[in-house]
Amino acid sequence: MFFRLILMLAACSSDSAKEESGDSDAKASDGGGEGKVEIFSWWTGAGEEDGLLALIDLFEEKHPDISVENAAVAGGAGTNAKAVLATRMQGDDPPSTFQVHGGEELNKSWVAADKMQPLNDLYEANEWMDKFPEDLIDLVSQDGNIYSVPVNIHRGNVIFYNKKVFEDNGVDVPTTFDEFFKAADKLQEAGVTPLALGDKESWTATQIFENVVLGVLGPDDYGKLFKGEIGFDDPRVKEAAEKFGKMLDYVNEDHASRNWQDSGQLVANGEAAMLNMGDWAKGYFVNDLNLETNKDFGYVPFPDTDGDFMVITDTFGLPKGVKNPDEVKEFLTVLGSVEGQDAFNPLKGSIPARVDADPSQYDDYGKDTIEDFKNANLAPSLAHGSAAAEGFVTKANQAVNIFVTQRDVDNFIEALKNAAGEL
Amino acid sequence: MENQAQRSPKRRISKDHWTAIAFLIPSFILILVFVYGFIGWTGYVSLSNYNSLVPDFSFAGLKNYIYLFNDFRFQADLRNTVFFTILFIGLVIVLGMGLAILIDQKLKGESIFRNILLFPMALSFIVTGVVWQWLLNPSTGFNQFLSVFGIQPKWYTDTTILAGFEWGSIEFGLPVAIIAVVIAAVWQMTGFSLAMYLAGLRGIPEELREAARMDGASEFQVYLKVVLPMLMPITMSVVIIMAHISLKIFDLIYAMTGSGANFVTDVPGVYMFETTFRGNYYANGAAIAIIMLLLVAIFIVPYLWSSRKGDK
Repeated sequence: MFFRLILMLAACSSDSAKEESGDSDAKASDGGGEGKVEIFSWWTGAGEEDGLLALIDLFEEKHPDISVENAAVAGGAGTNAKAVLATRMQGDDPPSTFQVHGGEELNKSWVAADKMQPLNDLYEANEWMDKFPEDLIDLVSQDGNIYSVPVNIHRGNVIFYNKKVFEDNGVDVPTTFDEFFKAADKLQEAGVTPLALGDKESWTATQIFENVVLGVLGPDDYGKLFKGEIGFDDPRVKEAAEKFGKMLDYVNEDHASRNWQDSGQLVANGEAAMLNMGDWAKGYFVNDLNLETNKDFGYVPFPDTDGDFMVITDTFGLPKGVKNPDEVKEFLTVLGSVEGQDAFNPLKGSIPARVDADPSQYDDYGKDTIEDFKNANLAPSLAHGSAAAEGFVTKANQAVNIFVTQRDVDNFIEALKNAAGEL
Repeated sequence: MENQAQRSPKRRISKDHWTAIAFLIPSFILILVFVYGFIGWTGYVSLSNYNSLVPDFSFAGLKNYIYLFNDFRFQADLRNTVFFTILFIGLVIVLGMGLAILIDQKLKGESIFRNILLFPMALSFIVTGVVWQWLLNPSTGFNQFLSVFGIQPKWYTDTTILAGFEWGSIEFGLPVAIIAVVIAAVWQMTGFSLAMYLAGLRGIPEELREAARMDGASEFQVYLKVVLPMLMPITMSVVIIMAHISLKIFDLIYAMTGSGANFVTDVPGVYMFETTFRGNYYANGAAIAIIMLLLVAIFIVPYLWSSRKGDK
C-alpha cells in the first residue's frame, strides 16, 4: 500500500513538472511585444533564481512602464534551455535577451550566424569601456564589435577542501602538482578519497583537464592552444594529459553515478578531501549543506594556477529581430550597472563583472575572489564554452569521457587533434 | 425504372466514399507534411554540411554517415542498442508470459496481482529512471542490502565488456552496465506484455486444452503444444512494440545513467540530442535520426507486410 502511494506521488510530480514546462512554453511564445522584455535563462536553481528575481525587481522599480517576463528553462545545466533557444532563434522568434556564456559560445555561434546586434553604442553611452576588465570585453567582442553585457564572474580553477580531513591527517593544502600528489598519497593511505569527482555529465572531468592544462601551459599558451596557435600534439599538452590521468587515479570509484552536487557531498561529509569545481559549489556548500566558509571547508586555487583565473561569465546580448530594442537596452543598462550587479551577484554567489562594484556586499569568499580577479590573468573556460566553439566542446567532452575509463594518452591527444578542426 | 433502381445503390456507395475521403483528407495532408515531409527534410539535412549554427545546405554526400560509423561513440551506441534490445525483449516476453500463465491459474486475488504488475506502466520512463538510478547506485540502494552478503556490484558504473573482442574502434560484447538499464526497463514494461498475454490466454477456448488433455497430454505438453503456438500472434505484437521502444529509447537512459563512463550506456537517441543541441552538429544529428528510423523499419516493415497479407 505504501509502495503504491509512493508510485502515485511520483506519477503526480512528473505530471506537474510537465504542466509547468508547458506553461513556460506558452509564455515564451508571446514575448517580445511592446512594453515587454523577455529574459531567457536557465537560472532556476535556489540562489541563481533569487538573483534573477532581485534584478527583475530592480528593473521594474526603475521602469514601471516596461513589464518583464522571466522565461527560464530548467534542467540539464543549460542544455535544455540551449535547445529551446536554438529552435526559437532559427524560427525568427528570439527572446528579448538571453543568457549566454561569454566567449566562443557567443562568438562562434550566434554572432557567427549573424543573429546578434552590436552594443558598442550602449557601452559608450554608459562609459563601460573601463568599467569591465579589458580581457573580459575581448571575450564578448568580435571584429571590434561588442555583442553582450557580462553580469557575473565565476571562477573555475578552485579546489574546495574539507578542513577537518586535512587537519586530522596532518596534510598541507597543496598549491602545486607535486604537493597535490604527495597530499593525495597521504590521504589515500589514511583511507580518505583524495579527490571527489561526479562525472555523470562529463563536463566536470573536462573542467579538471582544462585546469591541468592551464597549470602546465600557463595562461598565455593556454589561450594560444584554443586559438589554434599551439597544436594539441605539443609535448606539454601530453604532459597535462598524463597529469590529468594521474589525478584520476585518486577519485572515488562511483564517480560515473554522481553529478557535481553528489560529489560535493563526499567532501562535505569527509569521505573525500578535495573537489575541483567552479565556485558555484560555495553556494551549494553554504546554502544547501549549511557549511561555514573557512571553518568547515576552505578553498585554494587549483595546483600551479595561483594568479590565474579560469573565468566563466554569464552575459546577455541583443538578438536581431527583436521588436523593441530600445527597451531591451534599458534592461541591459540596468544589468551592467553597479546597482544591478550588486543586486544579482551576492544572491547568485558569483562576483560582479565590473571592477568598481561594492565589495562590502559580498561574503569572505566573494571579497577574496574580487581581489584575485582584479590582478589575475584571465583564461576562458573550455568546459563552459568560453574557450572554444560548442562543436569542439562537445567532442572534447566525448574524448574526456573515453579517457577517464581508458587512460590512453595517445588516443586522447589524437581525438583532440582531430576535433581541433572545429576550433 | 429498372435503370434507376440499379443506379441508386451505386450512387449511395460513391457518396459515402466521397464523405470518407473528405474526412480523411485533412489528416492525410497533415501526416504527409508533418510526418513524411519532415522525415524527408531530415534525410535532406543528413546529406548536407549543416554542422554549425550557420545553416549550410550544400550537398555532403554520405560524409555524415561515414563519420558516424567511424566514430567510437556511435559504434558503442550500436553495440549497446543491440544488447539492450535483445535482453529487454527477451526478458519482457519470458517474464510477461510466465506471469500471465501464473495469473491465469484462476488464483485468488487475481486482480490485485494484475494491478500491481501493471502499475509501473503508468509511470513515465523519466520517473522510472530516477528511481532506479538510486536503487542501482553502487553506493546506495540495493548495494546496502547486498553488502550483507559481501557482494558489491557496480551496476551501471561498471565499464566491463563481457566476452568482448576488438571491433572497429570499440570492444564488442555485452556491456555489464547495460544490464542495470535493462532491469529498469523490464520492470516498467513487463506489465504491458503480461496484459497482452493474459488477453491472449483468455482468448484460447478451454475446449482445446480439454481436448489435448483427453488425448493424454500432460499439463506441460498442453502449454508447449497448444497454448504457446496459439500465443504466437501476441508474441509478434509484443516484439514489435518492445522493439520500437528499445530502439528509440532516450528518456530512461537520459534520466537514469546518462552516457555512462566510456559510453557503456549511451544510445543513439542520447547522442542525437547532445550532438544536435549541444554541439550544433545538425547534419550529424539528422543522420543518427535516419539510421534509427531504418533500424525500426527493419522490425516494422516485415510486420506490416505480413499483416497486410493476412488481411487479404
